[in-house]
Amino acid sequence: MRTQLLKLGAVFAMLGILAVGGGTAVLPEMQHATVHWFNLTDKQFRDIYSLGQVAPGPNMLMVLVIGYRLMGALGAAVVGIAFFIPDCALTLLANRLWVHFAGSPWRLTVQRGMAPVAIGLMCAGTYAIGRLTLVSAVTGRINPLSIAITIGVGAILLWRHVNPGILVLLSGTVYMLLSR
Amino acid sequence: MPPSNTANETPAVARNVTLFDLFKLFFLAGAVSFGGGVVAYEREYLVGGAKWLSDEDFLSTLEISETLPGLNSVNIAVIVGDNLRGIPGVIAAVAGLVIPGSVIVMVLGLLWSSSHHDPRVQHFLLGIAAAAVGMLSVVTLQLGRRQFQSALDLAIIVVTFAAVSIFKISLAWVLLAIGPVAIFLYRPATDRALTQGAELHLPFHRGPRHGKLRH
Repeated sequence: MRTQLLKLGAVFAMLGILAVGGGTAVLPEMQHATVHWFNLTDKQFRDIYSLGQVAPGPNMLMVLVIGYRLMGALGAAVVGIAFFIPDCALTLLANRLWVHFAGSPWRLTVQRGMAPVAIGLMCAGTYAIGRLTLVSAVTGRINPLSIAITIGVGAILLWRHVNPGILVLLSGTVYMLLSR
Repeated sequence: MPPSNTANETPAVARNVTLFDLFKLFFLAGAVSFGGGVVAYEREYLVGGAKWLSDEDFLSTLEISETLPGLNSVNIAVIVGDNLRGIPGVIAAVAGLVIPGSVIVMVLGLLWSSSHHDPRVQHFLLGIAAAAVGMLSVVTLQLGRRQFQSALDLAIIVVTFAAVSIFKISLAWVLLAIGPVAIFLYRPATDRALTQGAELHLPFHRGPRHGKLRH
């Protein structure tokens, strides 16, 4: 139990620090780690990710539910601390060192170089959730209703800015009503 | 170097922000941002509402947040908290930002734990996941607009994506291998760095999500 908690903490501390460009970047790694090293299923991972979309604040707060699901209240606490505290400490340190690089051309270099890496990781995160959502885990076939919702939401957002909370609740309701 | 000589210098009006003020502002941003887009709310409250930061201050804070690992909204809370009130400010700001969402997501988690075998719950959450895929796709396309149009950047995007999604290489190794190469390609004093440096086109810099204030 104790070693499992430590392992859980280590995994999420690592994920927090590796989140280059935001939380989406670590979704594939998080899915892999929680499903293969702990006993979460792909479906549970997807469900918990969806819960994060419904709650306000950073969507990645859903990691608390992953911790809770795997190891109860203590698991939630460990994951929350591990995912957020080391990253905050790193940001605090960097914020104080940042001024020393104010005029350095390397600052722009790092930003320019890491930008496409961050976008690549976002593509991978989107792909990870997409694979869990658009393809049926049981039959291996594509899920036409999921695909229709994905395309619909994408088209609406490209057309105009709509509050994502509304789209999320609407999509859930539509899927629920149409699949009964 | 004294902190007052920095690019992150905070406006004089923000000097007497209390810890409770910081907590309150980020609590509000963390409580109303249903469905995500927390950064836009932070901007609205910090720049438009409380006027603790000018728009330029906010964009420079955002730029640092995006270069550093971790969640952008949390990094912004850390930097603003630190710049205004030091380490106690960081604690107040981050706690305010994550408390409302943590409570709500845990309540949802408990409800889900006792009902996830219900097909209606499963279908509702699957619909949400499908919406999330649409939102993530659009956000990625919009943030990476410039990167998708540059051959070099596109190559880095494809290699990064393939390493993670197809070859299933661990993220730490991907970053250790591709990060230094990408940075080297844009090293200072290359033509590429100079021409790109003349006009800053960072993906997150003035993305549509951050560029628009929501009311």
